[in-house]
Amino acid sequence: MLLCKINDSLISKKYETSLTINENNISMFNYYLFFGKEGKLMEYLCLLGILVIVVGFALKLDTVAVVVIAALVTALVSGIDFVTFLKILGKGFIDNRMVSLFFLTLPTIGIIERHGLKEASVNLLKKLKNLTPGRIFDIYTAVREVASAFGISLQGQVQFIAPLINPMAQAAGKVNGELTELEADQIKGRAAASDNFGNFFAQNLFVGSSSVLLITSTMKSLGHPIAASGVVLCTIPIAIICYIFCLIYNHFFDKKLKVSKEK
Amino acid sequence: MGSIINNIFHTVSNFLGSLGALIGRFGEIIWYPFNFLFSGFAAWWSHLNSFITPELVNNLLLVCFVIIGLFFLAAAIESVSDRTNPVRWGTGLFWLLFAVLFSVGQWLPNEINGACLLVIALLSLLKQVRVGQIKQLPKKVADQTVSRIGNWLFLPSILLAVLALLIAQFTNLGGQVGIGIAAALSLIVAMALTRSNVKVAYEDTQRMVRSVGSAGILPQLLATLGVVFTASGVGQATSKAISGLFPVGNHLLGVILYCVAMAVFTAVMGNAFAAFAVITAGIGIPFVVAQGGSPVVVAALGMTAGYCGTLMTPMAANFNTLPVALMEMKNPLGVIKQQFPIAICMLIVHIILMYFLAF
Repeated sequence: MLLCKINDSLISKKYETSLTINENNISMFNYYLFFGKEGKLMEYLCLLGILVIVVGFALKLDTVAVVVIAALVTALVSGIDFVTFLKILGKGFIDNRMVSLFFLTLPTIGIIERHGLKEASVNLLKKLKNLTPGRIFDIYTAVREVASAFGISLQGQVQFIAPLINPMAQAAGKVNGELTELEADQIKGRAAASDNFGNFFAQNLFVGSSSVLLITSTMKSLGHPIAASGVVLCTIPIAIICYIFCLIYNHFFDKKLKVSKEK
Repeated sequence: MGSIINNIFHTVSNFLGSLGALIGRFGEIIWYPFNFLFSGFAAWWSHLNSFITPELVNNLLLVCFVIIGLFFLAAAIESVSDRTNPVRWGTGLFWLLFAVLFSVGQWLPNEINGACLLVIALLSLLKQVRVGQIKQLPKKVADQTVSRIGNWLFLPSILLAVLALLIAQFTNLGGQVGIGIAAALSLIVAMALTRSNVKVAYEDTQRMVRSVGSAGILPQLLATLGVVFTASGVGQATSKAISGLFPVGNHLLGVILYCVAMAVFTAVMGNAFAAFAVITAGIGIPFVVAQGGSPVVVAALGMTAGYCGTLMTPMAANFNTLPVALMEMKNPLGVIKQQFPIAICMLIVHIILMYFLAF
């Protein structure tokens, strides 16, 4: 930290001297326009790392490599030398090992997965008969939220939506008459959405989830340490409100479907 | 007449009063030992808790990390012995380096740890890391167990979550060691319930670690990136750049800026974890937390505000594009279209909640 600060001030000093020489240069006028009179181009240059991350992720390049390259670029353009960079990188990784603590839960999840976690869940969900598509989505999202709160994060789209929830909802939609192609597509989309809603807004209800661990450890390295259980508490209203929205949203979906069938 | 009523009233109230006193007395007598027990328990508990020193917690955490290192070692061994994988040596080295970082990293010089990470990135960049073949789970075992124990199969994972939360809340061990202890106990319960031996546990551990793969290690790498960003002054630079456009100090504006930026950056990158470190350092801290916002509320809601962005972007392929392919949907943006209204509503809810809960 200290080292980089020294480096930083050295660089800005270098810049100030070069600035006084070129003060009357017209291109320097543009430079002032963009970076202010202090002329701290280097300070803004460190945002290059953000650019690397954004572009790398957007282009779907290898994620591990993109993150490390972004770190390298950021450090080098802010004047941190290579060995110091390795030091910061290594220390940062070791200090943040708690983010990966969720690996400890994998043996348990693996064993119950082998012994039919999916089959038992399918049995539970199969009890949903004589329901409208919207009701099926309601119940699935509730199940997903509760499961997330208990740290079970299965690949919902692959394991439940495509093989189970979508066919059930399609069948339920056909009770009052054939579905149009658009309606069938909408049911598929809604089925996938109901997994994402439950997954996203309830996963922070589990203290051991990687996102809660990432939040607490990032806040610690940013100098504002927080408790993991506090994150869980703050997530409760989000999970509840999201579920209420889903109930209303699915209710209108059913209504629209029913109206189109009555015509 | 009045005096009679008065008398009756007096008698009744007297009676009720003494009855109440009696019940009160009785209650006290009944309650006393419990009360004693309870306060005794509380005293005993806090006495026990006083043994949990920060050093003990640190040592327990170290044990957890060494165990994770052993998981990675298992993944390394199994990756190398998977002959169907053309890049099995690269994949094995990838996991071996993580095993080293987790189990002995704290005793190595940080330069070496950093170099290990560079090698890992290089392996990943050169496509030398592949999951390889993972054995299909036997359907028979699953069916047999489910028909034998039914919904009791959910017990280990419920135990895992509840124990972790209880330990975090009621002991000095903290949430992190809590996860370790809860994981160990729930593993024992799961093994007993499914009558699995250590070999099955080993098999499932390496299978899960390998199939989670580099996606599992990504959050920690992103947190590390956050450290490098902080050291390089990215936070200050971003907040300076943004404070040129927006005034600092307005609570509502700060909250809107942070939540919307989380959603937008997440949508562009397709990953809320990556956006979190950057946007929280650059906007969340200077514009909301430094203005008096509660860090825990800001951080917790900031992350889920980012998820609103995930719901709206084709960049989040696992969530929004994969289902399109799986269900052969006509509209490639069909999932996002269904999610859009809820995502916008939830983003507004996040802004409102953060504004009222954080300040």
